Amino acid sequence: MNAVLIALLLLPLLGAAATLAPLGPDRATSDRRALWLGVAVTGAVLALAVVLAAGFDHDRPSRMQAVTDTDWIPAIGVRFHLGVDGISLPLLVLTALLTLLCAVYSTKRLPSGEGVPGGRAFTGLLLLLEVGMLATFAVLDLVLFFLAFETVLIPMYFLIARWGSGRKVPAAGRFILYTLLGSAVMLLGFLLIGLDAGTFDMTRLADAHGSGLTHTTQVIAALAILVGLAVKAPAWPLHSWLPDAHTAAPTVGSVLLAGVLLKMGTYGLVRVLLPIVPQGAATFAPYLGAFAAVGIVYGSLACLALARPGAKGDLKRLIAYSSVGHMGFVLLGIASLTQVGVNGALFANIGHGLITGLLFFLVGALKDRYGTADLDTLAGATGAALYGRAPRIGALLAFAAVASLGLPGLAGFWGELLAMFGAFDPAAGLSRPAFLTYMVLAGVGTLLTAGYLLLVVKRVCMGDPEQPPLVAELPDLRPYEAVSWTPLAALTLVAGLWPALLLSLSDPAVKHLLGGG
Amino acid sequence: MLSHPTGTHLLGQPAMSSLAVTDPGSLIQSVDWVAIAPPLIAALAGLAVLLADLLLPERGKKALGVAAVGGLVLALAALLPLSRGGSRSTFCLQGAGTCSYVADHFALAFQLLALGGALIAALLSLHTVDEEKLPGGEYWFLLLSSASGAALLPAARDLATLIIALEVASLPAFALVGLRRDGRGAESALKFFLSSVTATAVMLLGVSFVYAATGSIHLTAVADGLAHAPGQLRPLAEAGAVLTLVGFAFKVAAVPFHFWVPDTYTGAPLPVAGYLSVVGKASGLSGLALVSTVAFRPYGHTWGLALAVLAALTMTVGNVGALRQRPDTEHSAVRLLAWSSVGQAGYLLVPVAAAGYAGSGDPLGATVAYALIYGLVNLGAFGVVAVVQRSGATRLEDYRGLFARHRWSALALAFFLLCLAGLPPGVVGLFGKVVVFQAAVDAGLGWLAVIMAANVAIALYYYLLWTAKLFTPAQGAVETRRVPGPLAATLGLTAAGAAVLSVAPQLVLQVVTGSLF
Repeated sequence: MNAVLIALLLLPLLGAAATLAPLGPDRATSDRRALWLGVAVTGAVLALAVVLAAGFDHDRPSRMQAVTDTDWIPAIGVRFHLGVDGISLPLLVLTALLTLLCAVYSTKRLPSGEGVPGGRAFTGLLLLLEVGMLATFAVLDLVLFFLAFETVLIPMYFLIARWGSGRKVPAAGRFILYTLLGSAVMLLGFLLIGLDAGTFDMTRLADAHGSGLTHTTQVIAALAILVGLAVKAPAWPLHSWLPDAHTAAPTVGSVLLAGVLLKMGTYGLVRVLLPIVPQGAATFAPYLGAFAAVGIVYGSLACLALARPGAKGDLKRLIAYSSVGHMGFVLLGIASLTQVGVNGALFANIGHGLITGLLFFLVGALKDRYGTADLDTLAGATGAALYGRAPRIGALLAFAAVASLGLPGLAGFWGELLAMFGAFDPAAGLSRPAFLTYMVLAGVGTLLTAGYLLLVVKRVCMGDPEQPPLVAELPDLRPYEAVSWTPLAALTLVAGLWPALLLSLSDPAVKHLLGGG
Repeated sequence: MLSHPTGTHLLGQPAMSSLAVTDPGSLIQSVDWVAIAPPLIAALAGLAVLLADLLLPERGKKALGVAAVGGLVLALAALLPLSRGGSRSTFCLQGAGTCSYVADHFALAFQLLALGGALIAALLSLHTVDEEKLPGGEYWFLLLSSASGAALLPAARDLATLIIALEVASLPAFALVGLRRDGRGAESALKFFLSSVTATAVMLLGVSFVYAATGSIHLTAVADGLAHAPGQLRPLAEAGAVLTLVGFAFKVAAVPFHFWVPDTYTGAPLPVAGYLSVVGKASGLSGLALVSTVAFRPYGHTWGLALAVLAALTMTVGNVGALRQRPDTEHSAVRLLAWSSVGQAGYLLVPVAAAGYAGSGDPLGATVAYALIYGLVNLGAFGVVAVVQRSGATRLEDYRGLFARHRWSALALAFFLLCLAGLPPGVVGLFGKVVVFQAAVDAGLGWLAVIMAANVAIALYYYLLWTAKLFTPAQGAVETRRVPGPLAATLGLTAAGAAVLSVAPQLVLQVVTGSLF
């Protein structure tokens, strides 16, 4: 199995290298072939991910599987250590899936225009991005984790800065600046752990569970790692790069940013912070919980403000703020330091990836059709009336919106419920009244979330179909859109109806990481 | 015939040792020609080129450059037999066990850097000498002489040899800087000359004090002498040590002795600027490391603190200077590299300072590793600047859209800049910084590590800004010229080297764990 995991990382890397050479006689052919090469490679990667999931020993998800472990730089004790367990496997599959869907979508819908590079550069960057994302979830060495974490920055920067719209270069610059500063601090934390414990190996450090690290080291390292990962997640108040980046990013950029990149932050918290520096994590858990609760309320209030008529709210910006709120639930679950809460956080990770990926696809399609994502312009006097004018898109948007607000039976529900359960009964040593307050705040947040999402549905999907339309022609769901969106909608339903599919994988692994079993 | 009874020599052992003092023949030291081959070959090649210049007809002068490159390759090859087995020493004092020339790992690593750096600079110069109509014989002679001095320096183990080697390395460099014979070149050469000669004068004064106080010029004997110096000589010894270190700090271009760097680099022919930024710096640094860690070891804590402060100042001033470069002024590309090289010198000083605290030469491995990495990628960056400068473009602004004009050069420059910044995919630059950082933390210099981290973050900003420029669309049409063969080969060589080191950093980082002396 370890060959499969290595191939999973190597394949997109080779694909990215292949795009450096021209693939055809002229630019147009070369670009078209490159886009299809992207589909082929990401398709093969998804196939490998499915093989990996099929070959995964589901009876022992807490054990690292498909392990490769060799010396890489003995001089500083860095090992080339790969492996998957029940925590990383779903994220790997989600990443492979979303990248393939983005590649498929891009074959038909790649932003073009003056000064925008062609499909060859796009495919190269997309595949490089995929390497970084997959590697983040597959590596088991702190230094490799940092490398993978950084690898995604440059492709994503260019995706936003070159294929984006509006104030794209400042937004991309802000994205890279925030994340770089955050990860530089995170690296300091990793080095501190490595120098103190004498190893960078994540499994060995997790098994030691903090023994061998002094309390001071744990607290300082936990703070550094927390700051770095909180920027990425993003946790309030370090989130301010996110709305700009999402508003400016092209559709596929937004999908991958929300669907995968944000998860790298929370995955890091579960994989590194909780097991490796448990005392440090316990020190900062109440603060993390507080920031998470504030983030939930803040994100929903910001969305409500954007959704109001007359607010000139951008739909992509709105979904970006809603991500701040949803990631708040993930962070709250992690901050509870309980098995239930962390399981909820991991479930919400996947749920948010599926639902927000779908939402960004839909909003991107609306922006393509209308030329704007401005809610007031779209809605006009009565509403955009998608139900009447493009019923399939309207229905999908309503579906994604109710999934996002956490309707039971869909993917958004379980994660947030479990995260709140975790906060209801936090780990021993954490202040129960504080976490109860956070839980109440989170509950208020769910109400507000329902409020703004229904408002959006009302203003975009409903309305008078007879009012003078903004654009003469409004094509309904196109085939390539159906192909790239259906899997997300279907999986949202599956994860909602059969949560045990994911929880049976993550639960034993979380128990192991938290030091029991 | 040869089988004499064991233990007795032809002449008789006891007679030999008593005769040693009176027999004038035994005062002639035996010379280990293999050990001194690397600097010797470079020097002989220099002389041969100078002679050949007189004899060759005008059209044969192109061969001089090839001969110089060949000489440097031979000198590098001479390192190979030395790299196996232990250290070799020659020019030893009878009986005392102190030697003037030692080819240990420290010396070999810096010889590799000096000769390799000179080789890359020579390859970069091949077309410069032709295009700028520089006098060929003189140019190659000066370059080879300087390289020979720089290669001699790290192996020198007495103060006299050290100073002679340092002067052999720097005197030809003044002439190289002024070789272009325009106003700017003369001014740069003069600035460089005056500051360097001041440094030498200060250093000679310091050395004479040290000699007066300890009665020896051999580094190990000086260390003994300092430890046991009589009370009334102690102020003299301390003053001598300070003055010697100040002299070397000048050569490394540490703050506040850095002001000549940007002007000298912009006035010199570009390959010479690259040569100075790597080999010039390396020679000063190896001298500083030798004098401080070997000769002045008894004062370790004092100069350790002084060098730590110097390192912090140097990296901060260098990086802030680079940050302040305006992209639309003439020569801003070279000026940025000049300031960034000052900043990099600051990182290089960190392990030397740490060696003062550790009381041993072990932390120096980090300096050696970082210097090798820095040398390779910095010369590569100068190579791309040379490519761009051929079409008369010297401003940072002119790098806009380089990717569209010179795809491979732009990719190479992006890679070099990311290596200098320490950001993936420039993995080797990151690990270079990690080992330096590790040296600082291990020596208890936590504050210096924090300052260094802040500086790395500052440097990220300007390196990334430059990198991003390469890929943005150009405003106007810029003429492109074909890249000459040697230049392209140099770029390929350096980029391949950096790429190999990024995949297998152990190749260079092994010097961190091995013993140097």
